[in-house]
Formats: sequence, structure tokens, C-alpha cells
Amino acid sequence: MTRWAFLALLSHWRRQPLQLVAMILGLALATGLWSAVQAINAEARASYAAAASRLGLSQGPTLTSPDGTIPSDTYVALRRAGWQLSPVLEGPIRLGGRTLRLVGVDVLSYPALPDSSALSGIAPLDVLTPPGRLFASRVTAEGFDGDPRLVLSQDVPAGVVLTDIGTAEALLDRPGALSRILVLPDQPMGLAPLADLAPQLSLSSPSATSDAAHLTDSFHLNLTAFGLLSFAVGLFIVHGTAGLVMEQRRPLFRTLRALGLPARHLTLLVLAELLTLALIAGLLGLVLGYLVAAALLPDVAATLRGLYGAPVEGGLTLRPLWVLSGLAMAVVGAGLAGARGIWALVRLPILASSGMALRSVASGLGARHLALAGLALILAGYLALRLMPGLTGGFVMLAGLLLGAALLLPLLVDACLQLCQRRAKGPVAQWVWADMRVQLPGLSLALMALLLALAANIGVGTMVSSFRLTFTGWLDQRLASELYVRAASDEQGAAIERWLASRADAVLPLRSAEITLAGQPGELYGVADHATYRQNWPLIASEPGVWDRVAAGEAALINEQLARRENLWPGDTVTIAPDWTLTVAGVYSDYGNPKGQVMVSIPALVAHHPEVPNRRFGIRVDPAKSEALARDLRQSFDLPEESIVDQAALKASSLAIFDKTFVVTGALNVLTLGVAGFAILTALLTLWTMRLPQVAPAWALGLTRAQLGRLELCRSLALAAITALLALPLGLALAWVLLNVINVAAFGWRLPMYLFPADWLRLFLLALIAGGLAAALPARRLHRLPPAHLLRIFANER
Amino acid sequence: MLLDVRSVTKTYPGAERPVLKDVSLSLDRSETLALTGESGSGKSTLLHLVGALDGFEAGEITLDGTSYSQLDEAGRAGLRRGAVALVFQQFNLIPALTVAQNLAFHARLGGAYDPDWTATLAQRLGLADLGSRYPEQLSGGQQQRVAIGRALALRPRLLLADEPTGNLDEATGDAVLDLMLDLVRDTGAALFLVTHSERIAARLDRRLHLGSGQVA
Amino acid sequence: MNARRRLLALLLCGLPFGALAQGFAGLGTTAEGFAIPERGRALTFPADHGPHPAFRIEWWYLTAPLTGEDGRDYGIQWTLFRSALAPEERDGWSSPQIWMAHAALTEPDRHHVAERLARGGIGQAGVTAAPFAAHIDDWQMTGTPGKGIDQLHLTARGKDFAYDLRLEASGPIVLHGDAGYSVKSPKGQASYYYSQPGYTVTGTIETERGTVRVSGQGWLDREWSSQPLAEDQRGWDWFSLSFDSGDKMMGFRLRDGGPGFTSATWIGSDGSAKPLPDGALTLEPLETTTVEDRAIPTRWRVVLPAHGLDITVGAMNPQAWMGTSFPYWEGPVTITGSHTGRGYLEMTGYE
Ligand SMILES: Nc1ncnc2c1ncn2[C@@H]1O[C@H](COP(=O)(O)OP(=O)(O)OP(=O)(O)O)[C@@H](O)[C@H]1O
Ligand SMILES: [Mg+2]
Repeated sequence: MTRWAFLALLSHWRRQPLQLVAMILGLALATGLWSAVQAINAEARASYAAAASRLGLSQGPTLTSPDGTIPSDTYVALRRAGWQLSPVLEGPIRLGGRTLRLVGVDVLSYPALPDSSALSGIAPLDVLTPPGRLFASRVTAEGFDGDPRLVLSQDVPAGVVLTDIGTAEALLDRPGALSRILVLPDQPMGLAPLADLAPQLSLSSPSATSDAAHLTDSFHLNLTAFGLLSFAVGLFIVHGTAGLVMEQRRPLFRTLRALGLPARHLTLLVLAELLTLALIAGLLGLVLGYLVAAALLPDVAATLRGLYGAPVEGGLTLRPLWVLSGLAMAVVGAGLAGARGIWALVRLPILASSGMALRSVASGLGARHLALAGLALILAGYLALRLMPGLTGGFVMLAGLLLGAALLLPLLVDACLQLCQRRAKGPVAQWVWADMRVQLPGLSLALMALLLALAANIGVGTMVSSFRLTFTGWLDQRLASELYVRAASDEQGAAIERWLASRADAVLPLRSAEITLAGQPGELYGVADHATYRQNWPLIASEPGVWDRVAAGEAALINEQLARRENLWPGDTVTIAPDWTLTVAGVYSDYGNPKGQVMVSIPALVAHHPEVPNRRFGIRVDPAKSEALARDLRQSFDLPEESIVDQAALKASSLAIFDKTFVVTGALNVLTLGVAGFAILTALLTLWTMRLPQVAPAWALGLTRAQLGRLELCRSLALAAITALLALPLGLALAWVLLNVINVAAFGWRLPMYLFPADWLRLFLLALIAGGLAAALPARRLHRLPPAHLLRIFANER
Repeated sequence: MLLDVRSVTKTYPGAERPVLKDVSLSLDRSETLALTGESGSGKSTLLHLVGALDGFEAGEITLDGTSYSQLDEAGRAGLRRGAVALVFQQFNLIPALTVAQNLAFHARLGGAYDPDWTATLAQRLGLADLGSRYPEQLSGGQQQRVAIGRALALRPRLLLADEPTGNLDEATGDAVLDLMLDLVRDTGAALFLVTHSERIAARLDRRLHLGSGQVA
Repeated sequence: MNARRRLLALLLCGLPFGALAQGFAGLGTTAEGFAIPERGRALTFPADHGPHPAFRIEWWYLTAPLTGEDGRDYGIQWTLFRSALAPEERDGWSSPQIWMAHAALTEPDRHHVAERLARGGIGQAGVTAAPFAAHIDDWQMTGTPGKGIDQLHLTARGKDFAYDLRLEASGPIVLHGDAGYSVKSPKGQASYYYSQPGYTVTGTIETERGTVRVSGQGWLDREWSSQPLAEDQRGWDWFSLSFDSGDKMMGFRLRDGGPGFTSATWIGSDGSAKPLPDGALTLEPLETTTVEDRAIPTRWRVVLPAHGLDITVGAMNPQAWMGTSFPYWEGPVTITGSHTGRGYLEMTGYE
């Protein structure tokens, strides 16, 4: 019995292959987008964790010095006091045209060396003595794979070059210096406390998560939110199809019940069928997700590396947990989508009650209830932001806003349609509007999906474009010098400075040290007292005489990130080192850098950090002469090509990094919109069988099938247009929240919001295209429908 | 002569034998004609052909001088909008429109909308109070009265009715039919009515019987 | 941990990582560029107490069987190894000299081990000849200025033990082999090798059971070479024995595929040393103990007919395993038979 009943159930799909495709594709799309995002997140997180453990970042407590440098004599002294320690010297290094992180370790004591297989065939002498060996992964080594010192090792995280500490000392030109000292786990008995032996050093235990994980949390939250949105949009498709399938098989269910199949049995069969479909679609979705993730991951990796310095490889590995969660999402999604149909099945009366209550939902209580729930959600979101400020509150508010607006949609669209209907003149127009209102309940889920996709597009698009506009303007201010030069050593730096003195309008040294600001890694910059800064520097808040006070060493400038994070504004004081506190005279915007930053005058910087290198300079020169000057400079000092960068090139590469950052967002945007279009299609197909009794009388009364087809198309276009119009304010609200709440919490900067009407127009057209494409198939069907088919409506009892 | 059906043959796609074979009949203005026949004999089919809802392969139908075989789909739709009105057994009404809108719909579509006449019809059909209801909120008899009202609001030359009372109990059916016959006579329209009922057929001017694809 | 230990082992013997180690701890590899011991070169002190960077491998090796005030027997070991990746010394991290040290405290029922590693050139470890001082981290063997190595202060500590001892030499330095030129194989491999076998030791040892005053006898071995083992030699069994009669004996056997190569020095109670050639000493394992999954001989019959010696040497604690970068067995022994006394036994190369 079971077998026959199951076969009878399945026979439906043979007659309606399109529904099968819609169902599976919808579920696969939902699962695919969701798991793509999950895969990207998991990959990035795994990279941080691996990097942290491989680099010994999470190897236990670490000694650091407030000024960033520990003399290696201190290390030896502590060793001679019995402490088991491992020294690390690290710093940025230019290799193959890229800035990488050089980590020098004492290979004898370092607790996290690469696996020995990477070392096979290499003499220890070569590792320990000049010129040394550089260990890097294949990805990292791309730019300098011809270097004879290079040893490929997949154990070294991306962006990191591991080497012996002696080699690092030479390459970084920091003899006798250490960046930090790891305290090893096994210590002998009876040691004197570190605080007594080296009071100048501070001992910090690594937090449970690494810096990278901490910094990138917000980025991943963003991605996850997008993933969930995609999943929700995908579910609309499945929901529509599942509803249709259940509806269409109602007579079959009835017959099976009448033939003696128990209701519970039938329900189980339908559930089994749903589960099978969910698993098939889930697997398909995983494949899809894998492909999408593999395509997007390199860009995400580039973003994470560029924006946060977080090490992420470009490759994707298949993780069992990811596979399981993807399948689980597919099953849960199918269950959610089919729940209503199954519920109806459980309560299905054997005897049919024909005539479907089509109207009641749209105009009646249903839409009003939904709208009330929507308002409540929006309010709850607003309250959430009030109660828990920051990223979480921001996202809760976004969720409330988006879902609430989606729930408000049916009522709003119905109101629009009612208005149109009232103002309609001809009988056909009147009928079309009225008919759309009837159709609305069946379409509203799909329209909600479209609304969400469009709003997300407008919101995220506005954010990105506003950001880009601000960023471009900011680049103009920040990169005021015509040329930027980097010397190989301090001596060469000094020579270049002398050489330039008579040839350039001004030479502006760029000097910085890495410090700890309010317990987090930060940077200390020295700023020359020059008109270039006074005129151009992007200050967003300042006290009168800010530049004079900074030049006098009385005050400091801080970046917006630090200002917002620590709530420091002009007039407050910032602690740069335990014994060094300055008044904040101004706050400047500093995009593309999540770290806190302090700027002081160069004499003040050098007084506290005499060791900061003096190798980078901005050169002010007549733009017409800059090219010649760069050439002369290169020749005179035998500088490599990449040592001198002109302003335009620097701007271009900064913008390129910026654009790369948002490639993923753009791609997900387009995918979501596509999915929403697909949702409308499946919804229309779902409504198809119910459409005939609606249009057949109109046809009998003198409308041609071609007219009916055209009207069908217009209906869909009109609904898409109304939805798009309603999506605009929602999208702008979304953009506002992104710019003023999410960005501030995630990155620490607030951006002005700009409006891009041309983009809205483009999106409006896209929405129409989506609506049009979705309706094209049903419209064509209607156009081609044999009259006999329509006639049967009148002749046959349904 | 209003309607002339001549030697019409109709075969449904995929069917072996024609439903209608060489059928001929004619109808004068203001004449009422009843068509009877066994179930499946082709009554509805013939009515649909006359109503320009479906095509046929041989013969000719002429309404007021217009030959059906000359018409394309748009032409046939035009005929339905202006000259012929239909009342079916069920699913007559447009679910999305109110009673009032349904009543006016066909006339407005055909450009023959007369509010006074429509109001009179509603009055006489007892629908005056139901104007703002939707079809699904009406009883079967009420629905059929709306269908009849809508058809007559157009002032068609020919009213086609396919078992308009088949879904109703005898008393209601008779009442609806009485109303319809009264109104048809008042408007001067011709009536082509398909029915199973001898009693109903007897009340019309003429009756034809359809059997094995032929009229007798 | 194992991979890391292996890596260190390879690093210390200067071999390409992943290459097959030759002999124990790579001591059988060829010594290209390094200095080679020469017969007839006279050792000079105090200069030769200091390091010889031109040689590949060198050690300061002190062992002492001790007795505590609590009546229990103990033993300590303090060893500083110098391993050169290149025959030179340089300042800073780029120094090719690598230092490794092992300290052990043996109790009858427990054996404590600690290991230290250091890069040369930065001051974390090193040895100066005069005044004599050897150190790595906080472990030290420091001589009283002006007294060479006759008076030493010796300290070391690990996770669960520490010791602090004073050593006073009562006899002269003993040169092994041919005036300090000690041959290690029939093929001529050799090292410079001298000892101070006659220290009186006093001081304290500390474990989690508490601090105990101890006293006993100490033995310092000094050896340096560039290729102390022949290629086919897989390890050695080395004895330093102090008899109650006042005589002492150093003897070892280098194991190869065949009978092995033996060498010994008989040290009279007056400090006079008599080197004995290959074959004079016979060593016969009597009993093995399973230590770290290998069979280690922990009772030996030691026979030296020339001096009427026929003794049984047994480990005080058979589990005296040194689980360090190069694992080996080293611990105090008790002597019975024709002579009685105490000593130290080291066995390497048991896989
Ligand atoms: N659309 C169609 N396609 C194919 N065959 C059809 C179609 N509609 C009707 N038929 C067949 O044509 C024949 C005549 O059908 P029709 O509906 O005209 O009969 P009828 O006389 O109206 O019967 P009833 O009194 O039961 O309404 C029947 O055998 C029917 O099966
Ligand atoms: Mg019929």
C-alpha cells in the first residue's frame, strides 16, 4: 500500500517537471547562498586560528614593552635568571612588491616551528647564519619566488614570512632588538617573579581569540547577515512551490484517503517525500555553495588581508561541519516551506469543499494582522538599538526593520492597488487592478522577497557608493604629496632627505611606531609641521590652533576609530605610554584601517621612540616636475622601482583595494535579486491553476488570449514596480542604519550619506525586468492556451 | 434571419469522430430556441461555436451577415463583446469584481453601457442590494441572476445560455428562467438555450434535438 | 613534542634536516672544515678548560654519586654540550655555536631530568677558561678565581628539582689515552679527553620532598673532537668508577657490528693514570631492564685482568632515562665483587 501510495504521490512530478525544478532549484539556491557564506566565514576563521597557533600568537603569556622594543640583553638577563622564554622579532618587510609580515624567531626555543618535512634538505647552518632562509607559503611567496633564501612551507600562514631571528634582525635592521618574548609553558622551580626582574615589561596573556578574529568579527557578521537574507529569500521560492504542489495534489490526497489510506500514513509519506527532495536539493545547494564560495573567497581573502591584515589563504577546503549544516538548513528550510501544506493535509476533509476563499486574506484580517506584526517588529528593532547599542543592536534593528517592512508590504500594496482600481477608468483596467488584489495573497511572499532584495541592494549600494565617494575625497586630502619614497636604511633616508632639500618644495618624513593604545594594538605617527598637513589633513573635529599645539608637542591628533571607541574628543587626553599623556587637539578620519592611531609632532615621537626608522618621505614638488624628480632620485640612490610611488598610482591602488573589498557584497546583491525574481516566477506558476477560473470569464466576454497574456505581464510589472517604489524608502533607511550604526560599531567611522538616484533607476528597471521575466512564462502559456481548455472551465464541475 | 448555422462539422483535437457532423440550423431575430439532447451529444459544443468561443473545421456560421470563418481571434472576441452574450451553467462571474461591477462589465467592454438600464436590470433581478458583494458571497441562484443581468445589460442580439439552471433546484431554476425569458422578450434578443429539461424546452418558440452529431 | 625533539636533534648535529643521522647524535659524520685532534699536541691549562670553537663537538660533563643526610643514595649529572655548525665563533644571533645542557637528579625511585638549549653569541650560554665559568641560562659551573677547576660551584634546576653543590678536587687532572689523545676506533677516530675524577662534593639537593644535605664524590670529564665516532659505531657504554680502595677506573666500549672497541684508564689512589688499549677491558651485560620500550643493560660484569678487577656493576635506579633531545641512559651505579664502590654509567645508542 505504502509503495503504491508513494508512487501515486511521485507521479505528480512527472506531469509537472517545472514544479520539481522550481522546488529543488529554490531550495538549492537558498542552501547554496547560505552555505557559500558559511564556507567563506569558516575558511577565514580557520585561517586565523591556524595562523594564531602556527605563529605562536596563542602560545601563552607574552612579554611586551610599552615602546614596542625589548633589548635582547633583557632577554638574556631573564634567561640567566632561569626563565624559559622564546624571543620574537617581527616587522613589516617589502618582498616582491608587497608588504609582508616578517616574523623572526629563535628556532631553538620557538614552540611552533613549521613541520620538519618543510625543512628537509636544508642545512641548519643556512637557516641560522647569513643570508638565512625565509619560510613562506606558496601564496605569500608569489612575488618573490625566485629568491634563493625562500623555503616553501604550507605551515606558515598567508602574509607571513618566518625566519630565524638573526636573519630578521638584519632584514629589519633592528640589531639587538626584540618585539616580544614568549613565556614558555615549562618553568623551573623557585624563579624570581618577572615583575621584579623586568619591571619595564608587561606580561599579557593572549585572549581566547586572536587579534585578527577580533577585528574581523564585524566583517563576518556582515557576511552572515547577507547569508541569512539569501536563505530567507530562497525559502520564499520553496514556500511558494511547496504550497502549489500540495494544493494541486489535494484531489489525489482526497482520493487516497477515500481509498483507505490513513491520514497519518499519508502525512508521513508526504514528509518522506519532502525530506528526500530536501536532501537532493541540499546536496545540489552544497555544490553550488562550494562553487560560489570558491569564486568569492579570493576576494574575501584579499579584503581581509588588505583591510585587517588578517591572514587568509585563497583556497577552500571541504569541512564536514559545513556539509552537515548546509544539509540541515535545506531540511529545515523545506520543513518550514512545507509546514503549511502539511498542516492543511493533516486536517484535509475527505469530502471536498470546492471554491477557494481567495479574497479574504488580502483585503481582510490577514494583511492587517501581518501589518500590525510588522509595525511591532520595526518598533522592537528600534528599541533593541536603544537598549543595546553597537553592532548587535544595529543588526537586530536591521532585522526588525527589514522583516517588519516585509510584513507591512501586503497591506501597502493592497492599498496601492485599491487606489489604482478606484482611479481606473475602463472596465479592463478596473478588472486588472481588482484581479491583482485577488492575486496578492498568493504573491505577497514573493513580493516580500523582492522587497528585501531590492532594499538590500539600495541600502548596501548606497552605503558602498557613499563610502567610495567619501573615501576618494579623503584620499585626495590624505595623499597630498606628489611623490612617496621609501629608503632602504636610515642612512640612505638621511641622504635622500639632504639630496631632496634643494630639489623639492618640501620633504615630509613619515615615521611611525607600533604601540598599544587602550589595550589594543595601535600606531603612533610623527607629523611634520608643514602647510601640507595644515591645509589638507582630513580633520573632522578640532580645537583652535590645533596644528600649532601639535607642533609644539603639547597635543596630539587621533583617528576617528580611536575617538569613537574610547570616546575621546578634542579637549580630552590620550595616554600614549604609561608616562606620556597628551591633550587631544583634533580627530581625523582614517578609512581602511581598523586600528587606533595617534599623531604627534616628529620631535615628540623621536624623543619617546628614538629607534623609529626614518626611511619614508612624502615629497612636495611641482606636479609637472615630479616624474623627472622621481627618475633622478631613483638613479642617484639606485632605488628599486617600487621604492618611489607617485600620488596617482597610490590613489589608484588604494581605490583598487577598496573596490575589491566590496566585490563580495556586489556579487551577493546580484544573486539575491536573481533569487527574488525566481521567487516571483514560482509564485506565479503556483497561482496558475487558480488563474484560469479568473480569466476564463473575461475571455468569454470578449478579451483575446493575447490581451490576457499582455495583461498578465503588466500585472507582474505593476506589482514589481510598486514593490520597487516601496523598497526605496526601506533601502534608504537600511543605508542610514549601515552608515550611522553598523559602520561606526564595526569599523569605527561614520560616513556621510549620499544619494544616487541613477542607481535607483537602474534598480527599478532591474526589478521590472525581474518581474517581467518571471511573468513571461505564465503570460506565454496563457497566450497559447487552447480555447477548449478555457471552455472546460465552464463545462466541467471542478 | 439572425443566425445561420450551415453544415458545421467539429472534431476535437485528438478525437476520432466528429462531435458535430454537418449540423445546420437557423434562428430569427427575437426567436427563442431550445436545444436538447443526451449528455455528450454536443450541445455545449454547438453553443460554444455559435458563441465564437471555438473554431470549427467545416461549414459556416453567420450572425447578422458576419461569417465566422472569416474572423480571426480578435474578430471573434469583438463578436463576443458586442453581439453575443453567454450564460453558463457555472463560473460565469469574474471573482475579482463585485456584483455591480460584474453586471456592468460586459456592457462596458462592448461600449454599450447604459447605467439606467443596468440599474433597471438589477432591480428586476432582485440584485439591487447585493451590488457591493463579491460572487463568492452569493448563492447559486443569485450568481445566475447576475450572469443573466450582465448578459442582458449589453442588449445583445443573441443570448446564449448553457443549462443556466442546471445547478439550481427546480423552484429556483424556474424562477430564474422565468425572469430570463421575460427580460429576453423585453429586449427583443434572440435566445439559444441548451437544456435537458423537456418542461423548459416546451416554453420556448422552437426546439431542436441533437443526436449522434445531427440536429433533428 | 616528538617531531620537535627530532628536529632539534638534527639541528644540533648540523645535518641537513631530514637526512639520516650518522651514529648516535650524528657524532659519526665527517668533519669537513673542522679541526681534527692531533696526537702529540700537549694540553695546556687553564686554556683548555675553555671552549674550542674550531672543533665540532665538546662537553663539560660532571657526574657525582651522592649520599644524603637522610641516608638515601642520590646521584647528579650536569652536562654542557657545545655543538658547532661551522668552525668559528661570531657575535650575536648569527653565531654558529649551539649550546645544550642536561641536568639530572637520580633518586632510588625517581629520576629528574632537565634540558636547556641556547644560541651562542648572545651571552645566554658559554664557557670561559680563566677564571673558569661555564653557564647556560641560570645553570652554572663556576671555578674559584685562581684555582682553575679545582674548586667549583655547581647549580642547576628543573621543573621539579634543583641542586647547589660545592666541589673540591683532591687529586691531579688525569689525561686519557696518549697524553689526552683518546682513540675511539681502530680507524683512528679520536678526541681530546681529560678528567678530574677526584672531587669531594657537598651541598644540597631539592625536590618536592624537600631539601636534603648531601655529600659524595664527583667526576668531571672534558672532551672535544670533530668526529669522535667511526661511521659504523652506533653508541657506547661508558663507566666512571671510584673504588673504596681509592683507585678509580674510566672505561668505555664503542659498539659496532662486531666486538666493539674498548678503552680504559686505571687511576691509582695517588692520581697516576695508566691507559689501557683496545681489548684490555671486557664488558658483559648481565641483566636488562625495559626502559622507554627498549632493553637497556642495567647490570654489567666488568673485567680488567691487568688490575685484578672482576666486578658487577648495577644501576642504583634502572629507570635513569634521559628523555632529552638525544635520549640516553645515565645514572649512578653500585659496585660489588673484587672491588666495591660507586660510580656512574652512561649508555647511548640503544634503539
Ligand atoms: N475540450 C474538449 N476536448 C475534447 N473532447 C471534448 C471537449 N469538450 C467536449 N468534448 C467531448 O465532446 C463531446 C460533446 O461534449 P459536449 O460538452 O458538447 O456535450 P453536451 O451535449 O453538452 O453534454 P452534457 O449534456 O453532458 O453537457 C463529449 O463526448 C465530450 O467528451
Ligand atoms: Mg453541456
